[in-house]
Amino acid sequence: MRVRFWGTRGSIPVALTSADIRDKVAEALYRAQGRSFASVGEAYDYAVAHLDFSLTHTFGGHSPCVEIENGGDEYFVCDMGSGARPFGAHVLARQSGRPASVNVFMSHVHWDHIMGFPFFGPAYAAGTRIRIHGCHDTLEHAFRLQQAPPCFPVEFSQLAAQIEFVKLAPGRSHEVSGVQVTPAPQMHSGDSYGYRFEHGGKSFVYTTDSEHKLENRAQTDRFVRFFHGADVVVFDAMYSLADAISVKADWGHSSNIIGVELCQMARVKHLVLFHHEPAYDDATIESVLRETRRFEELTRGARALQISAAYDGLELDV
Amino acid sequence: MPLAHRLYDSALVLAPSGRLDHDNCEAFREELAPFLERSAKERLAIVLDLAGLEYVSSAGLRCFMLAAKQAKAQNSRIVIAAMQPVVSEIFQIARFNLVFDAFPKVRDALAALSPAAAAAFDRG
Repeated sequence: MRVRFWGTRGSIPVALTSADIRDKVAEALYRAQGRSFASVGEAYDYAVAHLDFSLTHTFGGHSPCVEIENGGDEYFVCDMGSGARPFGAHVLARQSGRPASVNVFMSHVHWDHIMGFPFFGPAYAAGTRIRIHGCHDTLEHAFRLQQAPPCFPVEFSQLAAQIEFVKLAPGRSHEVSGVQVTPAPQMHSGDSYGYRFEHGGKSFVYTTDSEHKLENRAQTDRFVRFFHGADVVVFDAMYSLADAISVKADWGHSSNIIGVELCQMARVKHLVLFHHEPAYDDATIESVLRETRRFEELTRGARALQISAAYDGLELDV
Repeated sequence: MPLAHRLYDSALVLAPSGRLDHDNCEAFREELAPFLERSAKERLAIVLDLAGLEYVSSAGLRCFMLAAKQAKAQNSRIVIAAMQPVVSEIFQIARFNLVFDAFPKVRDALAALSPAAAAAFDRG
């Protein structure tokens, strides 16, 4: 499996401002003091090798949309946040006019997770087959509602693709075009669901918009079983632990600390921090990543847990 | 977890030790509860002397958070002192450094709470 991140920001898309870019360029030039580069390629190599990720890149902006490539002809994607727009462009380019078959898995239907669908190009292409899977009764209603007047100029019924809604039962394993998919209920306003995907001996867990109550040992044990032995877990690490259990308790999100602890208990191989807080700039997210790796070092048992921070454009081999 | 305690004028110094994690956090809360009640009745501040605390997990941090909330609700105050480097790092990564005032030594914490408590500490 290969996982491709099209949208990694939580709650609302975030764009770099002109001032952000000016500051990054100025800082990069300052740090390159005294150096000259014979080519753009040389400058590129220097930037990659010597400058911070948060200076040379951005974690990005789009709200949740994560593609899982399994080597087959069909597409698998979690959530239709604003990252669904570039994902759709990718699908259309790759298909070169051939109709696509897209399997969508919805964590829930809050706006940041559905807002990209009206801009998902394949939905406008006749012959495309889109199956939207989820555990909510309100799934179809939410997709139709956001395209109803006066919110959007094109009604859902005008989309050219063949679109089906598929209700999944949480806690049960479902076979979807050769991939085993198991949804799990999560704590979030209006409920949300995480998904475990298993294919070719590899496992990938997508768990976002999920709050973990530390006092609920049964819930902790259930998630440890859900994550158990996963190759990659994409985890809602929106808040600091202090915020998640005090001023932002019951807001439906989690923290980097709880992500590490659950993944250590579940013997996960790779934790990916996801659903970044929109108020965080690139340097803050990079700092959270550095601290999370340090926390893992301090608490490491017999085996190390790899930790990354998701960014728009990140691709991971599972 | 044994919860050693000493009173210095208007400040109670409590000293948890060992590890504080999912397995013993509820027992720790039960041990802490009477001291929180006493701090409300006798208008005492609390210093958590963490010199003997080797490790704290998220569940342990939650115990500290709940204690801080209760102290605030009863117009009392909890401060932290003498954290080991590992515990100090965990506090910082979890942003608990923004929740608690922390001091390098117990005496520093007592001095910040009340001169009389620091004087009592100096008298031994």
